[in-house]
Amino acid sequence: MSACANYDLIVIGAGIVGASCADAASAEGLRVAIIEPGPIGGGATAAAMGHLVAMDDDPAELALARYSLRHWEAFAELEEAEFSRCGTLWVARNEHEYQAARTRSARLASAGIQAHLVDAATLYELEPALRPDLAGGMLVPGEAVVYPPRVARHLVQRALARSATLYAGRRVVALPTGGVRLDNDTCLSGPVLVATGCALPELLPMLPMRARKGHLVITDRYPHLVHHQLLELGYADSAHGDADSSVAFNVQPRPTGQILIGSSREFSATDAEVSPAMVQRMLERAFAFIPALRGLQALRSWTGFRPTTPDGRPYLGAVPGARDQWVAAGHEGLGVTTALGSARLLVDLILGRQPAIDPTPYAPSRVTA
Amino acid sequence: MAKRFDVLVVGAGPTGLAAAQAAASHGAQVGLLDAQARPGGQVWRHDVRHQAPRAAREAFATLDNVTWLAQHSVVANEPQGLRVETPGGSELLGYNALILATGARERLLPFPGWTLPGVCGAGGAQALTKQGWPVAGKRVVVAGSGPLLLAAAATLRAHGARVLGIYEQASAATVRRFASQLLHWPARAAQAAALRARLAGVPYRCGSVVQRAHGEAQLQGVEVDGPRGTQRIDCDLLAVGYGLVPQVELAALLGCALQQTGKHPRVRVDGLLRTSVPGIFAAGEITGIGGLAVARIEGTMAGHAAAGFDQEAHALRAQRDKARGFAALLDTHFALDPRIHRLADARTIVCRCEDITLGELDGFGDARDAKLATRCGMGACQGRLCGSALAELGRFPRSGSRPPLFPARLATLAGHTSLSPSDDAYRGS
Repeated sequence: MSACANYDLIVIGAGIVGASCADAASAEGLRVAIIEPGPIGGGATAAAMGHLVAMDDDPAELALARYSLRHWEAFAELEEAEFSRCGTLWVARNEHEYQAARTRSARLASAGIQAHLVDAATLYELEPALRPDLAGGMLVPGEAVVYPPRVARHLVQRALARSATLYAGRRVVALPTGGVRLDNDTCLSGPVLVATGCALPELLPMLPMRARKGHLVITDRYPHLVHHQLLELGYADSAHGDADSSVAFNVQPRPTGQILIGSSREFSATDAEVSPAMVQRMLERAFAFIPALRGLQALRSWTGFRPTTPDGRPYLGAVPGARDQWVAAGHEGLGVTTALGSARLLVDLILGRQPAIDPTPYAPSRVTA
Repeated sequence: MAKRFDVLVVGAGPTGLAAAQAAASHGAQVGLLDAQARPGGQVWRHDVRHQAPRAAREAFATLDNVTWLAQHSVVANEPQGLRVETPGGSELLGYNALILATGARERLLPFPGWTLPGVCGAGGAQALTKQGWPVAGKRVVVAGSGPLLLAAAATLRAHGARVLGIYEQASAATVRRFASQLLHWPARAAQAAALRARLAGVPYRCGSVVQRAHGEAQLQGVEVDGPRGTQRIDCDLLAVGYGLVPQVELAALLGCALQQTGKHPRVRVDGLLRTSVPGIFAAGEITGIGGLAVARIEGTMAGHAAAGFDQEAHALRAQRDKARGFAALLDTHFALDPRIHRLADARTIVCRCEDITLGELDGFGDARDAKLATRCGMGACQGRLCGSALAELGRFPRSGSRPPLFPARLATLAGHTSLSPSDDAYRGS
């Protein structure tokens, strides 16, 4: 591929993950190409809630989240990030969930993430709009929310300022040895990093990926109704369970004063239409925790698809059986939280350095072995 | 359980009223819904001081044969029917045939100062005035394009406003050519003459465009660019509108195919006003701006066709085509002068909900891309105002249509049919 433009790294996909990789690689002095057929951050990144959160039920996922959350601190003052450190408040409906919160806060604390139990009285001081008779909860005060599509755009622009090249509106149609071919028959040569989320199988069919649909609804501006990102402690059952469809209470105060309401998960739904039945289930779940939501005005609803691997962990590393092909995809609902850490881990691997966290749990070879 | 109608009509303006009446005349069970408390739409909006025109009163009288559903707003499309928000909760309305008569909204175009309090749409000013907005003694400038300006000015004057002038962007020569064509449309000529008589003494200036509105916290005056240069006019109120655009959002939500006419979409229909979705008809302004006469004929046609009486619908086609001819005349003669598209500068706000300026949208070629990066179109108008304006300015049109069609209570989206007492308790701050 001698007649092709040559790069040190060709990043396919400019969602939050691809954008983070392009940013991290260009910061190392690599000559980077970015290829994105649609808007920057226009896929799962645009549909995401933008909650920076550590989930503790998988130690590998927790290590990646913790590593990544540290790097998010660099964006706390960035206007485009719309970074708001509202903290995460996990809500326990009963004593059983409250006890589970005890275990979880200990796990988070041992990973270096500050978390503490709150009793029922404190819970209602923190969030008076919650329905009565809840058992308490767990507060993770350092967590935050951001606006992912603008962060993706910022990261791409930063890479471009370091002389990266953006192939906007272009699609990769093939991965010939040593590079990529675009839909306008242009070829680029150099190591390739595929960060195309749900579209991964188009280029790397050996890596299984399912699209898990989600719905969100946003309201008009109601500042001061809720103060923290609120989740039910049963959330992980919905997020990490394998039920074909599930909903969970997941409500976020946006910095605008709007309230963003989630969350739903569906494996079998393949169309992007808003499903009234799913929205109804999801809202009922939210009303069950915050009855006052019922009278608020909804402005918009939308859907998105989470790129989901069979074991729920992202693919971060070398493409099995290929030379100079890398992959960063499959972050499911945690792509925003873990994008920055994923990018650093991957760039370390590409440069032949030892990553700061153990890369083995994310190695793509785990599914093809 | 969904209420079910043989024919459900959305929108109770002249089109929807005619449609409901025609369908009911065949014995069909007809539901007619509108977001407003009274029927009439924009053209026949209830006036607190003045009696409705005879045609409107006659149309209202026929409501006896239909189920009139006031203050019903369509929010979403569900498998069993339309989810409709009402003051007391929500309902699911099923139908065998659906007639969309959602009409038009004003084409509002940005120019420096257009977001000042005291500046509003020409049709908007007319509607507010009819509802009792106090305009008596206020100095009003009416500007923009088309016959709507005369109607708005006449209403404002009838409610005691001092109309300082009507500023029409079309040139005097074009307006004269249009007037000469009126000979072929005696009813329209009489209508125009009657309006002019009600506006005796009010200057009507052609080739004139309001290029700027002045004021600090409130409108104080406007700058009009006309054939004899630029003049400043002090005023309390500016009513400015550049004609109408079809309101196609519900049709789009239902999956009806749209087609582009000029810069704005309209609903595609066949000779019997059937949309691309079986069982769904569209009539009046949403199939292309045509005015009151077209609206009434098409409403009647759609009502017949939706009730299964295609012959009766078919028989009205020639009459409708003739009426559409007049609309085409308006389109040609009141086409917008390109200078209107250049009024907004980089600092002019385009998205009023989120305060996004035209300059902030430079470099974006797609509504979604711009929305994600700038919030343009994310507000309570759901991109209707900025979407039409940006399409008109040749930037990019609004894309897609998702529930809620209009801002609606979360309880409505959740399918709750009645409100619990606490549902309106939280008002925010």
